[in-house]
Amino acid sequence: MENLSLIMAPLFSSKLLMVLFLGTLFGLILGVLPGLGPTTGGALILPFTMTLDPLSAIVLLTAIYCAGTYGGAITAVLINTPGTPAAAATCLDGYPLAQKGEAGRALGMATVSSVIGGIFSVIVLIFFAPLLAQLAYEFGQPEYFALAIFGLTMLASIGEGSPIKNLIAGAFGILISTVGKDFMTSIDRFTFGVNELTVGIGFIPVVVGLFAISEMLTQSTLLNQVFKRVALKAVKLPSLEDYKKTWKTILRSTGIGSFIGVLPAEGGTVASLIGYAEAKRWSKKPQEFGKGSIEGIAGAEAANNAATGGAMVPTLALGIPGSATTAVILTGLIIHGVRPGPDLFREQPEFLYGIFGSMLIANVMFFILGFFGAKIFARITLVPNKLLWPMIFAVSVCGTYSLSQSILDVWIMLLFGVIGFFMRRYGFSVVPVIIGLILGELVEGTLRQSLVIFDGNWLMFFTRPIALTFFVLSFIALIFPLIKKKKK
Amino acid sequence: MNNVQNKKRANKSLPFFFKDSFIVSFIIIFISSILLFITFTFDIVPPILNRGIQPATFPKALLVLIILLTFFIYYLSINNPWKKEKKLPNSFYITLFSFILFIFISKFLDFFLGISVLSILVSYFWGEKRLIYLIIVGMIFPIIVFIFFETILGLRFPPGIITNLYYG
Repeated sequence: MENLSLIMAPLFSSKLLMVLFLGTLFGLILGVLPGLGPTTGGALILPFTMTLDPLSAIVLLTAIYCAGTYGGAITAVLINTPGTPAAAATCLDGYPLAQKGEAGRALGMATVSSVIGGIFSVIVLIFFAPLLAQLAYEFGQPEYFALAIFGLTMLASIGEGSPIKNLIAGAFGILISTVGKDFMTSIDRFTFGVNELTVGIGFIPVVVGLFAISEMLTQSTLLNQVFKRVALKAVKLPSLEDYKKTWKTILRSTGIGSFIGVLPAEGGTVASLIGYAEAKRWSKKPQEFGKGSIEGIAGAEAANNAATGGAMVPTLALGIPGSATTAVILTGLIIHGVRPGPDLFREQPEFLYGIFGSMLIANVMFFILGFFGAKIFARITLVPNKLLWPMIFAVSVCGTYSLSQSILDVWIMLLFGVIGFFMRRYGFSVVPVIIGLILGELVEGTLRQSLVIFDGNWLMFFTRPIALTFFVLSFIALIFPLIKKKKK
Repeated sequence: MNNVQNKKRANKSLPFFFKDSFIVSFIIIFISSILLFITFTFDIVPPILNRGIQPATFPKALLVLIILLTFFIYYLSINNPWKKEKKLPNSFYITLFSFILFIFISKFLDFFLGISVLSILVSYFWGEKRLIYLIIVGMIFPIIVFIFFETILGLRFPPGIITNLYYG
């Protein structure tokens, strides 16, 4: 009962409600704009959160995360272009249904299934995050090392694209984290005599570069692309018949999304693809998929929004991000002096319950805003790229500069923009770089501390049951793509 | 079937060093090798201060892993060629050039002048020819961003010919 009142606390704070509203609104706008999304948006908004207290800052970021994930569906249905990668599967049936003159029905189903997925995943978060945090008390340095390795191998295994390329990208991310003074011995590494590099490469310049600037370069190659927009009269709530057709799909995809979200992988993107594939597999009319199936929309949207709460579980309980956006949220937590992990659950439960409650309310808010405002949000896509991207560049540059007031950060952002563009062009996902960068210090630190504990004996890792379990799971994660390929 | 044969023929017709898979793998291995060489120049700590491993060991291991995995993806690409990417359009190179121009202008003249020049260049070459919109994107919006960051975050931007005028 006491916990419930803590969860509902944001409802009684006008400041938090205002922050939630703004976060939801901003998240929807970001989600609607192709190429942007909650990850880039969260990274750009991070400097502004410095003017807020820690809870308001994280509430703002989580609201952007929830609403941004849903917002991608609006563009997916109306212009056949996913606003966010997580909405890619929604295009497959959303746009064909909209072309049949049922854009309102398609968006209604996307909205309802997103909200159900989102709310269920927050419930998963409320129950599982404290349990996982409790379990984390059993973790020592070797266990954390093994867990981080497991996270990276999962990312390579079930993330988008080639597992080997994902592994290279993850290793590259960890390598970036080694730049600067070694935190244990104060020896300079890869600083090239540049004083500012001794503190390392910041997270924000890399994220903004890899997501916003590389997307700007990508957009520069797509200037002749023409979007065919489908007219939208109004969003319609699904009919009783639609509910009958889709309730099982929504429940299944919600479960899939929540589970995938908990794994340190690409969160919503992978979840929506699996949710869509499973919806098709279990459907009585699989032949309708790709031609405007309402089940297809429900399967993809319930799964990608369910991944939001799931991805917050390891982020809050272990400090290991479940997706690229939660990596940004994790950075926000650290910037505001909040260290995620089991101690956070014991020492600041009101803070965590505030986040849980805010995520629940954000889901309700984007339902209302999406339902009544989809038509207006859809108009945002009318802003031409030739005006939009120079503006995003200006905000990216100032936002990156503002965190450390370092011009070097701006150069780093541009460099990673170019690297990100070529990575994406040749099939390397940029998400593992982000996760690698954020996990890098943990991986190296726990490895070295473990070796101190084990007196340099590497084999001792395998004498710890939890660490051994994670290593076995990592091994399975690595060979899983090979087995899958052989089966195909 | 024909498409597959054509694709294979198209890939076979190119010498290996022109293929994307070779170029990408070569660049990754080349840069990683240079970085690996650099790790040998890192200071070595005496055993008493050595926490588990030397500071250079971890980055060395990562670079070796990257090199080995890159060899592996190149090996896989021999039997399973990468799809040929389209040639990059001029608009891409213009955008890239405006990034370089931005670096020079913001370093030697003014940070905000750099943003303005880039915004106008990109917007113009991406197809915006109306003067009023170029002014909005290149001047009015950067001014709004400047004031917003300056007043809300209390940020002090790097000195330059325009920024100095503002700060007096």
